[in-house]
Amino acid sequence: MNEDSAVTNHAPEPAPTRYGCHVSDSRGQVVIHPTRDNYVATLKALVDDSFVLCSDLTAVDYSAYASRVGKPTERFEVVLNLISLERRERIRVRVAVPDADATLPSAFDLYPGTEAMEREVFDMFGITFTGHPDLSRILMPEDWNGHPLRKDYAIGRIPVQFKGSPS
Amino acid sequence: MTDLITATPGATAEGNQEMRPRSELTAREVMREVGSVLRMTESQAAALASENVDPTEVPEDQSMIINMGPQHPSTHGVLRLMLELQGERVLRCKPIIGYLHTGMEKTGEDLSFMQGGTNVTRMDYLSPLNNELVFSMAVEKLLGIDGELPERAVWMRMLLSELNRMSSHLLFLATNGMDIGAVSMMIYGWREREEVLRFFQKVTGLRMNHNFIRPGGLAADLPAGWRDDVLEILERLPDRLAEYDILMTEQPIWRERLQGVGVITAQEAVALGATGPILRSTGVPWDLRRDMPYLRYSEVEFDVIVGSYGDAFDRYAIRLNEIRESMKIVRQILDRMPSGDYRIQDKKVTPPPRARIDESMEALIHHFKIFTEGFKVPEGEVYVGIESPRGEIGCYIVSDGSSKPYRIHMRAPSFVNIQCLPHMMRDGLVADAVAVISSVDPVLGEVDR
Repeated sequence: MNEDSAVTNHAPEPAPTRYGCHVSDSRGQVVIHPTRDNYVATLKALVDDSFVLCSDLTAVDYSAYASRVGKPTERFEVVLNLISLERRERIRVRVAVPDADATLPSAFDLYPGTEAMEREVFDMFGITFTGHPDLSRILMPEDWNGHPLRKDYAIGRIPVQFKGSPS
Repeated sequence: MTDLITATPGATAEGNQEMRPRSELTAREVMREVGSVLRMTESQAAALASENVDPTEVPEDQSMIINMGPQHPSTHGVLRLMLELQGERVLRCKPIIGYLHTGMEKTGEDLSFMQGGTNVTRMDYLSPLNNELVFSMAVEKLLGIDGELPERAVWMRMLLSELNRMSSHLLFLATNGMDIGAVSMMIYGWREREEVLRFFQKVTGLRMNHNFIRPGGLAADLPAGWRDDVLEILERLPDRLAEYDILMTEQPIWRERLQGVGVITAQEAVALGATGPILRSTGVPWDLRRDMPYLRYSEVEFDVIVGSYGDAFDRYAIRLNEIRESMKIVRQILDRMPSGDYRIQDKKVTPPPRARIDESMEALIHHFKIFTEGFKVPEGEVYVGIESPRGEIGCYIVSDGSSKPYRIHMRAPSFVNIQCLPHMMRDGLVADAVAVISSVDPVLGEVDR
């Protein structure tokens, strides 16, 4: 959609959707935003649409995000990067996960390769994946407390000589 | 145990990561460990889920769970495997990782985009330049300067990336030989790799962990005489690779040890997210250099090497031949290396040239500020994936508009590939377990980050 068409068209354009989800463009990369409820259904549709390889699954904790423009409403977001080998295409799936109920259905049944990645997200962010066959910590020691990549988890530091220097 | 965790998020208990003895197995765990999600029909899987049965049906007193690693010469660092054995046969396998975890993604959030390269280069320490490359490409995409790089910078990046692929595969040949018992191969592989590293030292100043490819270009131009050095490597290697063929490829013992060992099918590899030589060994011609070209890979000629059996021998042969393909690419780069600048002249991301600092106060201030505060990167999120020697290495960066990444995540190929181990080892022999680990070629620095 270029600027001209936005001016001439009086009726608001329907928001672009794909697989029944809101679609956005991030630096030329396609991102779809399913809700938590239709997350699994969307993934199923993506598998059927030849996105068979899940290359990456990770999460972001937006609680300390400085900019107000792009800050999502919920604290966490789980991000999947899928590849269609047939069409040589990438697509990114971002699904919001609220802080109060940090759970998401597991993608294990559709992408068995997410087993380790979901464990990593559980370990680092404390997001629980329901239906995951073995949800335990993967990188941190198994009896560790806290989730290191959460923004409220302080990083360890040694005292610096120059106070007030940009850390 | 899993139910306990689901009930109270955050609470974890000791012993959770370990392999459960047969008596405590739940159907889900069996399905995960033996990969039955992939191998069973839906009705079989449903039958398994309905009761606590083990498809292999081995009485508990006949099997034994042993630890292999984390301190074991064949585990490539600190990989720990728990193996359930019945005699010499591997029934189940569970990789346990995290022994090298140093929180590099958390550290990355506290380093500016300028400093980030020093952090990511240490992840996959056998292909540091590819780590830097993917990080720089992600930052450049966020900055919107990914299409404006000078030609020479792009071709230099390609040269370094391909040489790095060669050095990484040479080390694989060395360790693969050592793991299987061809100990002299270890010395040859390291020797050839050292020649490539010597070139890296000349160019970047360091053998490893270069921090040479940076957002906006590279740290310096190629030194005088670089072309002769590369030519010397290209001249010397073909004979050595032919020697490897005599020493290993054509040797019956070598074939016997690797052929038919650690077999994985294309369907399984794709389902498990495996990329790189593992995916290609199953016959899937997937190479990001050809299928989603970056840099100028669309302008050079090379073949994507694929296997047909998905066994350890295919993975060995693919890597050996990828060295030859990389040499082919390097030759074309030598012919086409353009002259020009080695970094983008964008005041925002590049420090001023050294000579300007002596004569201009502004340049001095600019230089100081860019190295102390870094540069601000516009808000947004990108994922960039490239082909590292081990598969797709990806970099996912979220920026909130400050000079540090809000979140930096590296998609480490070894971390994902290591999930193939239980599938490859099932029903194999303990002695083959070493060959299987070796053929996956994991780098634990990248697995654990």
